[in-house]
Amino acid sequence: MLYFSKLRILFVTLFSVLFILIASSNLFKFDDSFFDKKINLGLDLQGGSYLLLEIDNEPVIEQKLQNLTTTIRNYFKEKNIKINNIKIDNQNIFFNVIDNDKQSVLDVFQDENSDLNPYYPRFKSHQLEIGDTGLNFKVNFSRQGLIKLKNSSQDQAIEIVRRRVDEVGTNEPNILKRGNNRILVELPGLDDPMRIKSLLGKTANLTFRFVTNDENDRFGVEKLKFENGLEEATVSKRIIISGENLLDAQPKMDTQTNQTIVSFTLDRVGAKRFGKATSTGIGKQLAIVLDGKIISAPVVRDTIASGSGQISGGFTFQTATDLALLLRSGALPAPLEIIEERTVGPDLGQDSINAGMIALAIGFILVIIFMFVKYKIFGLITNVTLIVNLFILLGVLTLFEATLTLPGIAGIILTVGMAVDANVLIFERIKEELKDETNNIIAFDGGYTKSRTAILDANITTLLAAIILFFMGSGPVKGFAVTLGVGIFTTLFSVYFIARLFTSIYVSKNKDKEKLI
Amino acid sequence: MIAFNKYYNHFNLLSSALIVVSLLLLIFKGLNFGIDFKGGTLIELRASDSKINVSSLRDRFNQMDLGDVSVKKFGNDTDFLVKFENKDNKKNIIEEIKVNLDKSFGNNYDFRRVENVGPKVSAELLKSGVIAISLSLALMLIYIWIRFEWQFSLGAILALFHDVIVTLGVFSLFSLEINLSIIAAVLTIVGYSMNDTVVIFDRVRENLRKYSDIKIFELTNISINETLSRTIITSATTLLALLAIYFFGGEILKGFSLAMILGVVFGTYSSIYIANTVLVRLRVSQKTVLRENDKK
Repeated sequence: MLYFSKLRILFVTLFSVLFILIASSNLFKFDDSFFDKKINLGLDLQGGSYLLLEIDNEPVIEQKLQNLTTTIRNYFKEKNIKINNIKIDNQNIFFNVIDNDKQSVLDVFQDENSDLNPYYPRFKSHQLEIGDTGLNFKVNFSRQGLIKLKNSSQDQAIEIVRRRVDEVGTNEPNILKRGNNRILVELPGLDDPMRIKSLLGKTANLTFRFVTNDENDRFGVEKLKFENGLEEATVSKRIIISGENLLDAQPKMDTQTNQTIVSFTLDRVGAKRFGKATSTGIGKQLAIVLDGKIISAPVVRDTIASGSGQISGGFTFQTATDLALLLRSGALPAPLEIIEERTVGPDLGQDSINAGMIALAIGFILVIIFMFVKYKIFGLITNVTLIVNLFILLGVLTLFEATLTLPGIAGIILTVGMAVDANVLIFERIKEELKDETNNIIAFDGGYTKSRTAILDANITTLLAAIILFFMGSGPVKGFAVTLGVGIFTTLFSVYFIARLFTSIYVSKNKDKEKLI
Repeated sequence: MIAFNKYYNHFNLLSSALIVVSLLLLIFKGLNFGIDFKGGTLIELRASDSKINVSSLRDRFNQMDLGDVSVKKFGNDTDFLVKFENKDNKKNIIEEIKVNLDKSFGNNYDFRRVENVGPKVSAELLKSGVIAISLSLALMLIYIWIRFEWQFSLGAILALFHDVIVTLGVFSLFSLEINLSIIAAVLTIVGYSMNDTVVIFDRVRENLRKYSDIKIFELTNISINETLSRTIITSATTLLALLAIYFFGGEILKGFSLAMILGVVFGTYSSIYIANTVLVRLRVSQKTVLRENDKK
């Protein structure tokens, strides 16, 4: 166990130097891209916001089922099959047919090439499930159908979230999917997340609809409140144009009224429809509805054929900027709810870094003094190893550009405390061997060999705990698992290569000395 | 040589009592779950005006109808920790609070940290915490079962249960807060306690093979003594590191390092006085480990 070949010495030296260099790139700047890496600081250390958003898919499902009833009705109408009493209840579509048609309806839904009910061969499942009792049918989304629907609304939502966050211009946001109905947003360095929170909390569903007094409007009507929450108006459900028709939106100052407004430009389809509606609806009020609330309802005075217009509604410059931003980035497919938020101010982050570093330094010094007092020359070897171990650990974290969190720093300090364990096991074993063995080399060799299983067992158990933490933990705790786990490997490396190398050099130089340890 | 085995029975009684008391505490007093597991909102606030203190803050927050509000000093005199359950899960609660506080304190304060955990997330976090701890115990059991005989496995697992339950018992007794980092601490304790037990067990097994005429009662004592200096040194260096975190690592890591310190102390104790006594009570002998060898 004590013999080291020249090649191995070279390897150990190179390896250690390499990682020390990588670790030191956190302090110095290297020109080389391989070396110029840095450990990422977690949100708890650099300050920033962590937001977990959940997509509320209920309205999407509701909307899809709504559309589906129309599709089903029309589809069977073409086939001369009459669908009766179709209605939606509790995410199911119910309808009934006459006796002769029952089988043909079932066939349409169960056909693998059905264009009404898409079939996913990979999952051996249709989008919709159909059940029948007598002549009554019940149609709902299958498990796969729901998953597809959730995935697609998540895809759309994450895109919109990304656009909105980018528009605000924070540095290096991290936007990730979680499950099939959640989105994780990490915003480093963002001190005040309120603006982003309010931006993400809005669906930004914009519609232009006429105010009407005719309760029997062909498209149906609904009563909507104004933004100020006081007034109400009856608005037709017929949508003239919606947010999708917008090409651009910008906050502007209206020079005549000295008000802040949002001016917008429409695409071709939108411009055409807007032109037509404004020409037939002169004198009527056109309500601008955002997320179910009326921003304003100006009276149409003229045909607007230019495809551009403006929204006024008592905006401040900030609210106009935000509205324009929301309109530019598009509407979310479904409302988002912030179900978890963690925000750390930058000064607290800096305080945590300072405290962590002081604790690391003090813990390190205490352990080093303890080991030196206890083992003298071998304590010194352990201490040098410990320092190299720390650098290698930092080097590995840097190489993989791992994220360092406050619990992660605690993990490093804990590694310092536990890293000496392996060396202590070895040294204590050597002491025992020396009780009945006079040859230093044999005793040292035996000490290394006989302590090996205990060291391995002990480290594997800690590693198991770290692995579970890594997979089950979130955010900062994950950082702890990373440093603890990586620390085990670097510790084993430094104990079995570096410390052993120093020990072997020292022992072979002093092989005849008594009371070596 | 220290006669640890003289006190096997005494300490077994003590441990049983500790476990029973801890379980009673856990059942009847329960744990003080933080917002991670209970849901709610936490605000760490730094004041730059001496008018802002625990009672004035409490007054302010109580007027806001947030449900149960707790206000505590956090570290030094200017830092405060405010927690409330945010029962209706109001959306813009932080903004509302800011507006409200501005009225009484101007802007002589600063939110340093804001955490808001919805009820769904907290339930999930609690579930995954419980799964993580159970899973780690199960994995340890399996690992030790592969490496040793079942008697050893049982001893190690009982020691682990003891450490986890008693540590949580202390947290319950002093109403210390259980949050995500405490789960991390408990898992690390599991790893550490296991580590400590395995080192002694490794020696017990070795000695069982070596001496056929020494009874397990004596043999465990020999093994404990042989590994004692290692046990003391490793516990000492680990505790030094943890004490450094506890005293200098800042308020956020206090609970975490305290749990770890307790865990190291209990873990070291249980390796000696629980894990080994199980071997004694199960009358482990040379045959136990030789049979294991034959199988291989």
